[in-house]
Amino acid sequence: MHMADALISPAVGGTMWAVTGGLIAWCAKKIRAVHEDRLIPMMGVLGAFVFTAQMINFTIPATGSSGHLGGGLLLTALLGPYAAFLVMASILTVQALFFADGGLLALGCNIFNLGFFPAFIAYPLIYRIFVNASSSRLRLWSGSVLAAVAGLQLGAFAVVLETTLSGISDLSFSTFVLLMQPIHLAIGVVEGLATAAVVSVVMHARPETLAVQDAERPTMTRRALIWLILIAVLLGGVVSWFASGRLDGLEWSLKKTTGHEDLPAPEEGIHSYLAQWQEKTAFFPDYTFKAEEAESGLQQEDESAWPTVDAGTSFSGLLGGLITLAVAAGIGYSLQARRKNE
Amino acid sequence: MKAARYIEVGQMDELGRLDTPLHRLDARVKMAAVVLFVVTVMSFPRYEISGLMPLFLFPFVLMGSGKIPFGAIFKKVALALPFALFVGLFNPLLDRTPVLTLGPWTISGGWLSFFSILLRFTLTVSAALILLACTGIYRLCAGLERLGVPPLFATQLLFLYRYLFVIGGEALRMIRSVRMRSAGSKKLSLRIYSTLTGHLLLRSIDRAQRIYRAMVSRGFDGQIRVLHRTRPGWRDLLFLIGWSAFFILVRFYNPAVALGGWLTGEH
Amino acid sequence: MRTPTLEIKNLGFCYPDGTEALYGISCRIEYGEAIGLIGGNGAGKSTLLQHLNGCLMPSEGMVLFGGTPITRETLAEVRRAVGVVFQDPDDQLFMSTVFDDVAFGPLNQGLPSAEVAARVYGALERVGMRHLSERPPYKLSGGEKRAVAIATILAVSPDIIVLDEPSSNLDPRGRRRLINLLRGFEQTRIIATHDLELVVEVCQRVIVLDNGRIVAEGPVREILDNEELMLAHGLERPHILRHQHPH
Repeated sequence: MHMADALISPAVGGTMWAVTGGLIAWCAKKIRAVHEDRLIPMMGVLGAFVFTAQMINFTIPATGSSGHLGGGLLLTALLGPYAAFLVMASILTVQALFFADGGLLALGCNIFNLGFFPAFIAYPLIYRIFVNASSSRLRLWSGSVLAAVAGLQLGAFAVVLETTLSGISDLSFSTFVLLMQPIHLAIGVVEGLATAAVVSVVMHARPETLAVQDAERPTMTRRALIWLILIAVLLGGVVSWFASGRLDGLEWSLKKTTGHEDLPAPEEGIHSYLAQWQEKTAFFPDYTFKAEEAESGLQQEDESAWPTVDAGTSFSGLLGGLITLAVAAGIGYSLQARRKNE
Repeated sequence: MKAARYIEVGQMDELGRLDTPLHRLDARVKMAAVVLFVVTVMSFPRYEISGLMPLFLFPFVLMGSGKIPFGAIFKKVALALPFALFVGLFNPLLDRTPVLTLGPWTISGGWLSFFSILLRFTLTVSAALILLACTGIYRLCAGLERLGVPPLFATQLLFLYRYLFVIGGEALRMIRSVRMRSAGSKKLSLRIYSTLTGHLLLRSIDRAQRIYRAMVSRGFDGQIRVLHRTRPGWRDLLFLIGWSAFFILVRFYNPAVALGGWLTGEH
Repeated sequence: MRTPTLEIKNLGFCYPDGTEALYGISCRIEYGEAIGLIGGNGAGKSTLLQHLNGCLMPSEGMVLFGGTPITRETLAEVRRAVGVVFQDPDDQLFMSTVFDDVAFGPLNQGLPSAEVAARVYGALERVGMRHLSERPPYKLSGGEKRAVAIATILAVSPDIIVLDEPSSNLDPRGRRRLINLLRGFEQTRIIATHDLELVVEVCQRVIVLDNGRIVAEGPVREILDNEELMLAHGLERPHILRHQHPH
């Protein structure tokens, strides 16, 4: 369920980076406040454990296909929401850096989607209600599956929202929802099973490990949650308004005034010069909310009118592009050859 | 178990520990340059193709000057590609507006944006990989901390990384011994999985407790202290300024189109 | 300056789950001594070691360092003076480079940067591992890891070095190097081990533990040469003594 860089607009990616960065700072502060020094090595080692466990596949009962643990819920059950969120964030960061899972711009989204929902929603609102240190097997398994499904459904929905808001994929909101949610229902069940499987061993062999968690109830207040959502919505709204609406507007008006996408160079005068400048400063391109576009036919027409470029320019653009690429590769290659000779 | 992933991590780790002028640059300026790079790439309009090409200079120069083999990076990018491919492929299906004719072929906006997505993906993802390969996780984390990331989080990254191989090795040994006793079946039933993963977790918890003891034995008081042994200099600043200027230049002026225009005699 | 003697008085310990691990342990260790702590698996060696720097607190009796009992208040001071080398170097080397691992202790003491660097290089020099200072610990061989683990302790310049199974997982060359290193230390050394030949070469005195009690204590050769005593407590007379004939 990793989001990829290429599908995210800088506005959405940046907003989610800000939200996630804030959450990390907040969690770090919360953990500092309780002075649980032993959490530090525990978080590190359990991060390595989840990282490893994500690579161990098991056969899903009654299907024959295989699945693996995601770990968000399990970490929360072991470490509490704040530490678990930090651990998930660290795992995703390492994966983004080492395996290019997702990429840097999407990292904020990925941490939020896979870390926030299990730690701050699924765990306190579902898992905790079902499961405690002395729960029956039935409660443990049903609580884990329900919580994992809820966490992943929310995460998947966030993926859809972030992708749609970015507007790089042409996939419509509803199609994407219909694609993502059922897939993640299955993934959620697997996650729940794996979580319960591991927790049941710990419950049996080392109940005190989980009992620590019982003492430290998640203290995330409803007020904090509401604030967080409000800030996220506000940030997202403002940033995407800036990124899309405003600058789009600029582009549209620019087109109206010049009537042409590529400003004819010979046309002189301060006006066209300014317009050209304006066009170039339209730094964030036309990322708009796709659902909105679909509703408005007018905009749709505009949309189709926008990329019309004449074949000649494009061909030369393509040719030039390929040559540029070759030059870039050549420079890199020669640098490397030189280094090797050193 | 996908043990190959550990080999991958090890490979990147080797690269990150090389000692080239690029590796010696302050991690912070490299991070800043990569962030600027990603933002520049993503700020191009959705149908942009040729304008993205000059940006390839950045990854190529970094790989070249950091002794990073091109193949290692591209292989990773290719492995990570499926998701972008999957979502991006809907674009040609959904957006069929013809925008470009190249001889007998008509290219729709969907295909253009699809290729644009792939280009962006290659650029941004390779940039992230190269950042790691030319800095190393350790210098990267130290840089993050100096940039104001909560020390707890920087420490967490380092601890996670430090114990990846230790826990991974334990897992591998456990899985091997399960395999030896399971008559060649490669699949783990949920019951065996539960025991195996559960015990791996218990061992991990024990290990964490031992590490904690080792830490307090040497005066650990909740704060991890590291002696920073590097200082940023003018080289670092030059690196950042140079690349920022380049990004701004190619964002507003497309040398590829100019070059193509000059070659084909068009304007 | 007071003499860093270590005195254990009637120490008893019981784990939180009710398992009793140590009973009535009493002994006195002078500065500069090398003590072998031997006994079968589960005899209580590791539990006893953990009391020496306050990782565990006694349920009964007390541990005195330089005449003052180890309590929560004196913990910081005791930990500065008593360095513990753990059995698995992977638990001890938790940082990302050898340098950072060795610097961890001195930095926690609040020493200035120059002093920290000097201590790190000095300690690494002492164990012959200075050339590895920028390497990641997980890339080291077993012997190198052990040596660096010892350097992490030397860097805090303790009066007492406690080692838990220092020769486990070492090849003969690594083990030889370790023995020479340990013989060269002037600090008090308390070595819990199954490697009785190492005890013969390094230590002057042994303490034999069985079932959480001290069952014998005395000069190395006297104790280890006593075949009956050794066999009775799950140990055996080391070969090195069998082949040494007084001339």
